[in-house]
Amino acid sequence: MDVVVTQVFNGLSGGSILLLAALGLALTFGQMGVINMAHGEFIMAGAYTAYVTQNVLGSAGLSLVVSLPIAFAIGSALGVVLEAALLRRMYHRPLDTLLVTWGVSLVLQQLARDVFGTAGVDVPAPEWLGGPVEVLGFSFPRTRLFILLLAIAAFLALAAALRYTALGRRIRATVQNRPLAETSGISTRATDRLTFFIGSGLAGVAGVALTLMGSISPNLGTAYIVDAFLVVVVGGIGQIRGAVIAAFLLGVAQSWIEYSTTASIAKVLVFALIVAFLQVRPQGIFTVRTRSLA
Amino acid sequence: MRRRWAVPAAFAVAAVLLFVVAPLALSPFRLDQLGRYLCFAIVGVGIGLAWGRGGMLTLGQGVFFGMGAYLMAMHLKLADAGPGGTPDFMTLISSDGVPWWWEPFRSEVVTLLAILLLPAAVATVLGLATFRRKVRGAYFAILSQALAAAFAILLIGNPTGTGGSTGLSGFRGFFGFALSDPANRLVLFCTAAGVLLLVLALARQLMVSRYGELLVACRDAEERVRFLGYDPANVKTVAFATAAFMAGIAGALFVPIVGIVSPNDVGVVPSIGMLIGVAIGGRTTLFGPALGAIAVAWAGSTLSEQFPSGWTYAQGLLFMLVIAFLPGGLASLAWRRVRPAAPRASAEPVPAAR
Repeated sequence: MDVVVTQVFNGLSGGSILLLAALGLALTFGQMGVINMAHGEFIMAGAYTAYVTQNVLGSAGLSLVVSLPIAFAIGSALGVVLEAALLRRMYHRPLDTLLVTWGVSLVLQQLARDVFGTAGVDVPAPEWLGGPVEVLGFSFPRTRLFILLLAIAAFLALAAALRYTALGRRIRATVQNRPLAETSGISTRATDRLTFFIGSGLAGVAGVALTLMGSISPNLGTAYIVDAFLVVVVGGIGQIRGAVIAAFLLGVAQSWIEYSTTASIAKVLVFALIVAFLQVRPQGIFTVRTRSLA
Repeated sequence: MRRRWAVPAAFAVAAVLLFVVAPLALSPFRLDQLGRYLCFAIVGVGIGLAWGRGGMLTLGQGVFFGMGAYLMAMHLKLADAGPGGTPDFMTLISSDGVPWWWEPFRSEVVTLLAILLLPAAVATVLGLATFRRKVRGAYFAILSQALAAAFAILLIGNPTGTGGSTGLSGFRGFFGFALSDPANRLVLFCTAAGVLLLVLALARQLMVSRYGELLVACRDAEERVRFLGYDPANVKTVAFATAAFMAGIAGALFVPIVGIVSPNDVGVVPSIGMLIGVAIGGRTTLFGPALGAIAVAWAGSTLSEQFPSGWTYAQGLLFMLVIAFLPGGLASLAWRRVRPAAPRASAEPVPAAR
C-alpha cells in the first residue's frame, strides 16, 4: 500500500511537471501546427527569471510569487518575437518550423551558457514550501504539491479562458476550421499571435515551477521538450484535456516502470508503449472530428 | 543534371578528388578528418532520400548511426581482447565478464551482417508501425526524436554494457590490421570514400526509378497515391529503411576512423545536427546532401577549434536562416539560373489536408 501511494503520487507529480511543460505546446501545436522546439528554452528562460528575481529581491518567500508573472511576461515576449520574426512566414510548411525553432533553441541555450555559466545554479525554495505535508501517515513534499496545484490551476485557467472568453471562442474556431473562421470575420493572424503569447507564457511559468525541483542549467529545456512533445502526441491535438490525461498517464507509467526496473529502461518502455498506443489511436486520445482524409 | 553525361561526370570528378587528390594533398591528420566528414555525408545521402524526396522528417538518424557504430565498436573491443577475452573497460568496472548479448559479435561475419541488416530492420518495423497507421508529418518527427532520446538514455544508463556516457574507445585493430599504421588508415579512408560513392549511386538509382517518382508523389499528395492503388506506407518504409541502412554503415565506418563512439554522437542533438548540412546542400538533390554534410562537418570542427561557443551560434543561425528563407538549400540558387521555371515542391495545396 505504501508503495502504491508513493508511486502514484510520484507519477502524478511527474505528470504535473509534464503537463506544465506541455500545456503551451498543445495550444500552439493544436492551433497552428507549429512545432516549437524553442519551447524548452522558454521554460529555461522562466527558470532563470526566477533565479534573477530571487537574487534581486533576496527573499525566497516573496520572489517565487513575484517571478511567476514576470516569467509569464518574459516567456510570452520571447514567443511573440519568435512568431513575428520567423514563424509568420512559415505557416504553410509546419514541418520546417521544427528545424527553425531548433535553431532558435540552440542560440538561446548558448546565450544562457555565456550569461549564466554552464554549471547549474540553485534557486532555494521558500520556507513556506519547506518540509512535507503529513496525510494519513504518508508524507508528501510541499514543493511537489505546489507544482501539482500550479499545473492544475494553469490548466483550469486555460480551459476557462478557452471556453468562456471571446478570445477562447476565436481560438477554438480557428482550431476547428481555419478558413471558415476567417470567413466569419475572425482575424486568424491576430488569434495566432495571441495563442503564441499565451502558450509561450505558460512555458515561463513552467520554468519557475522547475526551479523547485532542483538546480537549473542551460540544458534544462532539452530535458523536458521531448517528453512534452510526446504528451502532445498522445493527447491528440486541438483539445487540451487530452494533454492533461496524457501527461498524468505518462507520469504514472514512467514512475511505475521506473520502480520495477531502472529509469533508463522505463524511458525506453514508455516509448514502446506510446508507439503501441498510436497503433490503436493514431491521432491521440482526443481528436477534433473533421472530414479531412488524414 | 539535364545532360546525359552530367551525373556520370560528377561521379568521376568525385572519385578523382577522393581517391587521388585528397590522399596526395592532405596530411594523415586532415585525411582522417575528411574521412569523418565522409561518414556524415553518407548519413546525409540517406536523410536526403527520406526527408528531401520522401517528406519524412527523421530526427532519429543518430539511432541508426549509433547502432552501426556500437556494433562495430563492440566487435573491435572484443577483437582487441583476443579470443575469449574481456574488453579492458569492462574489467575496470565489473567482474561479471562479457554480457551474453556481446558474444555473437566476436564473429566478424555476424558483426558485418548485423551492421548491414539491423538498422534497416529496426527502421522497417518502426516505419510499418507508424506509416501503416498514417502517423506522419510532425507526429513521425516527434516519435523519431523520442527514439533518439530513448536510445541515448539507454546507452548512458548501461555503463557495463556500452561504456555509459564515455562510450567505447581505444581501438587498436581493425579486422586484423593495426589502426595505428598510416597505410591502413589510408585504406580506411578509401573505404569510406568508396562507400559514399556507392551510396550516392544507390540513391541516384532510386531517384530516377519508378519508385523515386512514387516516393515524391507520396511526399506531395499521399492521398492521391493511395487512390491510385499504391500503398504509401510501403513506399515510405523503403525510403526510411534505406536511410537507416546508410546511417548504419556510416556509423560502422565512423568508429575505426574517429576511434571513439559515445552517446554524444547519437542522441537528440547530433541527430538533428545531421539535418542542417542536408538542408544547406539542398534536401531534394542528389549531391547536395552529401556536399552540405561535408561542408557543415568541416565548418563545425574548424570553427569549434577556434571559437567553442561561436559554432553553436552559427549552427543555430544556419538552421533559422536556411530553413526559413532558403528551404531549397544552396542548390536552389544554382538551379534557378539553369531552369527559371523550376516547379516548386509541394506548391500545390493538398485538398483537405487539415
